[in-house]
Amino acid sequence: MGLAAVLPIDLAIGALVCWLLLGLAGLSLQGMPRLVSGAVFPAGALISLMVLVVGIWGAGQGAEAAVLPLGLPGLPFHLRLDALSAFFLALLGGVSFGISLFAAGYLRHMDGPTLGLLCLEYHVFLASMGLIFLADDAYLFMVAWESMALSSYFLVTTDHKIPDIRRAGFLYLLMAHLGALAILLCFGVIQGGHGDYSFAAMRGNHLSPFWATAAFLLALVGFGAKGGVLPFHAWLPEAHPAAPSPVSALMSGVMLKTAVYGILRVTFDLLHAPIWWWGALALGLGLLTALFGVMFAAVQTDMKRLLAYSSIENIGIILAGIGLTLLFHSYGETALAALTLTATLYHSVNHAFFKGLLFLGTGSVLNATGERNLGRLGGLIHPMPWVAMLTLVGTLAIANLPPLNGFVSEWLLLQAFLLTPGLPHPYLNMLIPVAAGALVLASALAAYVMVKFYGITFLGQPREERLSQAQDAGLWERAGMGWLALGCLALGLFPVFVIRHLDSAVALLAGGSIGATAAQSGWLFLTPVAPARASYSPLFFLLVIVAVVLLTFLVVRRLYHGKIRRSDPWDCGYPAQTARMQDTAEGFGQPIRQIFEPVFLMERHLPDPFDRQPVYRVQVGDRLWQWLYLPVARLAERLSSLIGRLHHGRIHLYLMYSFATLLFLLLFTQ
Amino acid sequence: MNQTAGILFQLGQSLLLVAVAPLWLGWVNQWRAWLQNKRGAGLFQPYRGLAKLFNKEALLAHRASPLFRATPYILFGCMWLAAGIVPVLATSLPYSPAADVIALVGVFALARVFMALAAMDVGTAFGSLGARREMLIAFLAEPALLMVFFTASLISHSTALTTIVETLAHKQFALYPSMAFASVAFLMALLAENARLPVDNPATHLELTMIHEAMVLEYSARHLALIEWASSIKLLTYTVIGIALFLPFGIAQAGDWSALPVAVGALLAKLAVAGPGLALLETLSAKLRIFRAPEFLGTAFLLAVLGMLTHFLLET
Repeated sequence: MGLAAVLPIDLAIGALVCWLLLGLAGLSLQGMPRLVSGAVFPAGALISLMVLVVGIWGAGQGAEAAVLPLGLPGLPFHLRLDALSAFFLALLGGVSFGISLFAAGYLRHMDGPTLGLLCLEYHVFLASMGLIFLADDAYLFMVAWESMALSSYFLVTTDHKIPDIRRAGFLYLLMAHLGALAILLCFGVIQGGHGDYSFAAMRGNHLSPFWATAAFLLALVGFGAKGGVLPFHAWLPEAHPAAPSPVSALMSGVMLKTAVYGILRVTFDLLHAPIWWWGALALGLGLLTALFGVMFAAVQTDMKRLLAYSSIENIGIILAGIGLTLLFHSYGETALAALTLTATLYHSVNHAFFKGLLFLGTGSVLNATGERNLGRLGGLIHPMPWVAMLTLVGTLAIANLPPLNGFVSEWLLLQAFLLTPGLPHPYLNMLIPVAAGALVLASALAAYVMVKFYGITFLGQPREERLSQAQDAGLWERAGMGWLALGCLALGLFPVFVIRHLDSAVALLAGGSIGATAAQSGWLFLTPVAPARASYSPLFFLLVIVAVVLLTFLVVRRLYHGKIRRSDPWDCGYPAQTARMQDTAEGFGQPIRQIFEPVFLMERHLPDPFDRQPVYRVQVGDRLWQWLYLPVARLAERLSSLIGRLHHGRIHLYLMYSFATLLFLLLFTQ
Repeated sequence: MNQTAGILFQLGQSLLLVAVAPLWLGWVNQWRAWLQNKRGAGLFQPYRGLAKLFNKEALLAHRASPLFRATPYILFGCMWLAAGIVPVLATSLPYSPAADVIALVGVFALARVFMALAAMDVGTAFGSLGARREMLIAFLAEPALLMVFFTASLISHSTALTTIVETLAHKQFALYPSMAFASVAFLMALLAENARLPVDNPATHLELTMIHEAMVLEYSARHLALIEWASSIKLLTYTVIGIALFLPFGIAQAGDWSALPVAVGALLAKLAVAGPGLALLETLSAKLRIFRAPEFLGTAFLLAVLGMLTHFLLET
């Protein structure tokens, strides 16, 4: 077989197999932990690179299918690599390359048995995510989906000796199963009673609007539970902080995107002819999720919880984008649907890169200081300059600032919001641009959150003595973070190229693409609709700012002097300044707590003026927990206690139950 | 259109804006002093202040990181970029497509985030207080500001400033009720974003009420000079954006030398009037408590939304 005969899909399958083999190698090498961290993880990173290449290469090719001789008798696994799968594979490869490199350094102090297991679970996790993107029948999809859920559950509970982590893991597993159940039902509805669960057959089914809607709602619930969409978000801020940092990065960066992939696959590919209100529902839910996520992120005191809530926000933005695409799509506005979908996919990649980077940054901080609480950090830019610099890139990107990548997708999405006049629905025309206000508010709040995150962690005075002894990250960690930071920069500076690569996936789902339009003023200017309508040039942006900065620096030096004297800070002349006088995380979040008070469930302990040792304590809870989760939990408890009454422990009663069931079934099948 | 002339226009315009910004600030301050029955320090006082600061030796806190030292330059660069993009004297400049209104708001946000981070860098109580308040005001003002721009862009079917201004200036005269609401909202956002009364007092040194001043407390000499210069460019740029959006009459096409005198004259006249207007507004209003600012900016946001709805109800 010549090289020309090798198809991208063969390479993709090969890569997944390699990952599994590497996982097993890690398990069998657990006696030599240095080898596992120093060789197996970098090898996994190389496989990631291969997946990235396959993804980029496969996007340009037509769809290819393959059948694996595995699975149940007569029910082999179907795989297919089309443009959408290729896009998500590229995302998986690109992000996991950096994360695996980071993991190679980060995990080197772990003891052998734990590391061996972790290595296995980590690579199974990667492979199952890849398999989800390749699956072409519901059966394989569910197998991959569940193995992703299970492997990530074990990864989350790596430190299973801590009760809180066990609890977080349980919650995660529970939500994952509820979601999987909804997805299973969704596939059941789509296959329409024919018994053929391959996606090709499902595509051919034409469902009545009622069943199509049922399938869409089930998909929204099922994939929403994985993505952390309101009200199924509760597991996310618990599970993400519990996992080791590279795993958090992978979960937030890539695993949440499997939910995005699932929604896109089901609503655009398997179900065609969406109804307009599906889009409106997804749009509204997405915006709500975004606002909810960012408000809660603003009041967190734990670094990783803050980032987890920010992931909820970003998934909300992505869902809003999907909703808007559905709206345009249902009214046959192909060009607009293509623009919105491009923005949505773009934001998915962007989020994967910057959130991955930030979670790795917190991992380095956690490794160096053993501290996740923002209230005990500070001033880390001095002992950890590399981590601080690379994290700054992620911080600016996630705060949606030009010329980095977060801004491009937000900009594209806002353009799409402003293009709604043109829909045949007057109320939608009017409300959607107003809804853009919610998006802007979320993104402005994200900037607030990120200033808090970065400022309190890396800037200021160290809040604890030992922080000044913190060690900067090693070479592997720097390489991993550097890769992701470069990704943030490249995705931000060259949007025209990125959009051209997104084109085939967008064309597959939306029926049109914007790559040619976007490049009509040359590669320097991004013009999603028309040059007169809107254009943006991040490279020009960066060049002007850099040029002015250098010029100003030189001119100021030449004309005046470079004299500088170090002294104590001025601070309005207050002589006693301690690290405790800086804003804490609670302090920085206080305005948000005050302005959006009704949103939070707050428990506050205010000090009395006469207290000898005044204590201020505030706890912010989630009202949805109280309104939704607790009642459901209570109901489940009551039902199970009712069922408990049947358990008497007497064997003849149990035999009677079996007998009655048998009788009932016999009658039923008659 | 002649490419060279266009580039010259663009360069000249940004240089002019950067050079004139302190002068305009002096004009506003002079009027403020007159309105408060004071004599005032003269039009050129901001330049004297800058010269004095540039000549001084810079004091830097022991704990200051490179981020702290780089921020004044980055701030200055961002404002220069913003000043170069806004159509002040002429529309359709060759490099205006580099950023539309949304990106313009992005430049300001970039500068603001760097400023807030630098304020937290030394780790003083006032620095982080200022940073927190600045970000608070910003996240409330930004949606209002963007909604104003969205209204304008819905009218002109474009978010490119050039196209917006051309639609509003060169097409036949039309009254847009939506822009009336939008202009009020824009004015309120302008006051908030530029640390003017009633949200922040640029002349205050009363610690507990400071916002912008609290952030720059640790800066001195050339760093402080660059920051102050950048703030004055920001104020002028905002004013010019307001003029371009709401009073765009008289603006020239790029490379159209014959229209230039009219454009310069019109701009000078508008700025000359806007200065006392701003000073009057600031003299008549008292500073709000910090937690009244959300109400103030919430009103701005609602007005902007109202403007947008008016556009849909009356103008389509």
